Amino acid sequence: MVIGERKPFDEIMKMLEGLQKISVMGCGGCVTVCLTGGQDEVRVLSSQIRMARDKEGNPIEIIEKTLERQCDPEYVELAAPVAPDVEAVLSMACGVGVQFMAERYKDLPIYPALNTTFVGGSKKEGYYVERCQTCGACKLYYTGGICPIARCSKSLLNGPCGGSTNGKCEIDPEVDCAWQLILDRLKSLNQMDRYSEIMPINDWRTNRDGGPRKMIREDFQR
Amino acid sequence: MSEELKSGSRLEKILRSGKFAVTGECGPPRGADPEVIHKKCSLLKDKADAFNITDNQTSVVRMSSISSAVIMMQQGLEPVMQMVCRDRNRIAIQSDILGGAALGIKNMLCLSGDHQKFGDHPQAKNVFDLDSIQLINTVKTMRDDGKFLSGEDIKGAPKLFIGAAENPFADPFEIRAPRLGKKVAAGVDFIQTQCIFNLSKFELWMKQVVDMGLHEKVFILGGVTPFKSFGMARYMANNVPGMDVPDELLQRMKNTPKEKQAEEGITIAVETIKKLQEIKGIAGVHIMAIEWEEKVGELADKAGLLPRPVL
Ligand code: SF4
Ligand code: SF4
Repeated sequence: MVIGERKPFDEIMKMLEGLQKISVMGCGGCVTVCLTGGQDEVRVLSSQIRMARDKEGNPIEIIEKTLERQCDPEYVELAAPVAPDVEAVLSMACGVGVQFMAERYKDLPIYPALNTTFVGGSKKEGYYVERCQTCGACKLYYTGGICPIARCSKSLLNGPCGGSTNGKCEIDPEVDCAWQLILDRLKSLNQMDRYSEIMPINDWRTNRDGGPRKMIREDFQR
Repeated sequence: MSEELKSGSRLEKILRSGKFAVTGECGPPRGADPEVIHKKCSLLKDKADAFNITDNQTSVVRMSSISSAVIMMQQGLEPVMQMVCRDRNRIAIQSDILGGAALGIKNMLCLSGDHQKFGDHPQAKNVFDLDSIQLINTVKTMRDDGKFLSGEDIKGAPKLFIGAAENPFADPFEIRAPRLGKKVAAGVDFIQTQCIFNLSKFELWMKQVVDMGLHEKVFILGGVTPFKSFGMARYMANNVPGMDVPDELLQRMKNTPKEKQAEEGITIAVETIKKLQEIKGIAGVHIMAIEWEEKVGELADKAGLLPRPVL
């Protein structure tokens, strides 16, 4: 899923300067699962904002709403009744949701309440880790199911650098060395031959480097 | 090993003639003053066969490796231009290879590069379009096939002696020799190892290297760094990733009176060089006297490596 982290409160307040009526808009997708942008977080953030504004003697009216998903026009449409009544929307979706909202509501400023951080999963509740950088050409077959692009700090494709120590990455003793993990797993899968092959220079066109990406299912384009 | 010269560099000639090679290191200055390099060069001249010019080592901005290498050549020394994958994509890399070769650089060392986290610009975006093994192969393709990575012909292929680093002390240990094998398959000509303090572990690695027959395909120069002080030894042991300093060496430095520690550091380095000379498959040493260039001559002399052969 897409992981997001709430922006610092001061930064959010700065974006809301001069506004009297807004909507704080949650998303029921990934950011609900990672506990940063769902219904509960909408409620908490809204009351924090109201309190701060009241304290300044500059109250703000907030319409709280959470859409099923902000990355889907069908659900984005459901914000239509709220849109004419507010000066801006503070979206608690990931960056995709913010943009889908902005594309639909042309005259309405949509501001991000989250920093979209990575594509990952939850190890346990409230603990999220990055696993994929959406390179567009998955290499997990060669690397024992562990991603060298997202998880090696240098995205090395041919084995560990000289800084790998006791299974940890040179950048931080708290970070696992991806290549240690890869090699351990290749060994236990009896696939070490996949390491001895030189992985050719990557074609980054499928990555962001090739420009914005899209995926089209022709059979659905009627 | 083949005697056919790929680059005609002094380092290559020494190695192919079977002589024990010595390389040193010269870190470019953090400024635009060439005097700093002139000074280092006057200390280093004739003390080794060639000298690595580091490429923004530890991710701290310095004068570029190419220009420092050219300044070094003007002083009559032979540089080994280091190049890291951290700061350049394949377009810049190939372009700098052409430029370096056109300026007369004949040796190049291919490295992944330290993560920018360690340097003075941790906010930087890193590149890592290629890794060090792919970089080796890039230089080889350009040199031997006369082709760019695109497959297009190069008019005037760059003649470079291709080097790389290997750290036998990094983990996981058991793939360190196979990893060297990958570098050899990618086309590397010579290897400089990480600083060797733990000789028994190094010997273990070299045995694997020899068993795989790699020493017949690549020249291996053992890395040697003299301790300046106990403080430095302790720092290297604790703060430099992938560095293996055995306790007994730390103790030995610690038990030496402060004013004698530098001398002891040199003595340890000399002992290391002598032991390395006896290890099968070792073709030379790479002396990394970090910001201690004035000691390279003394160290090389005490180890019996001077004068350097005249070609
Ligand atoms: S190889 Fe690419 S697609 Fe596969 S997990 Fe890594 S970044 Fe994602
Ligand atoms: S220590 Fe491991 S994860 Fe970190 S940069 Fe080196 S190879 Fe990659």
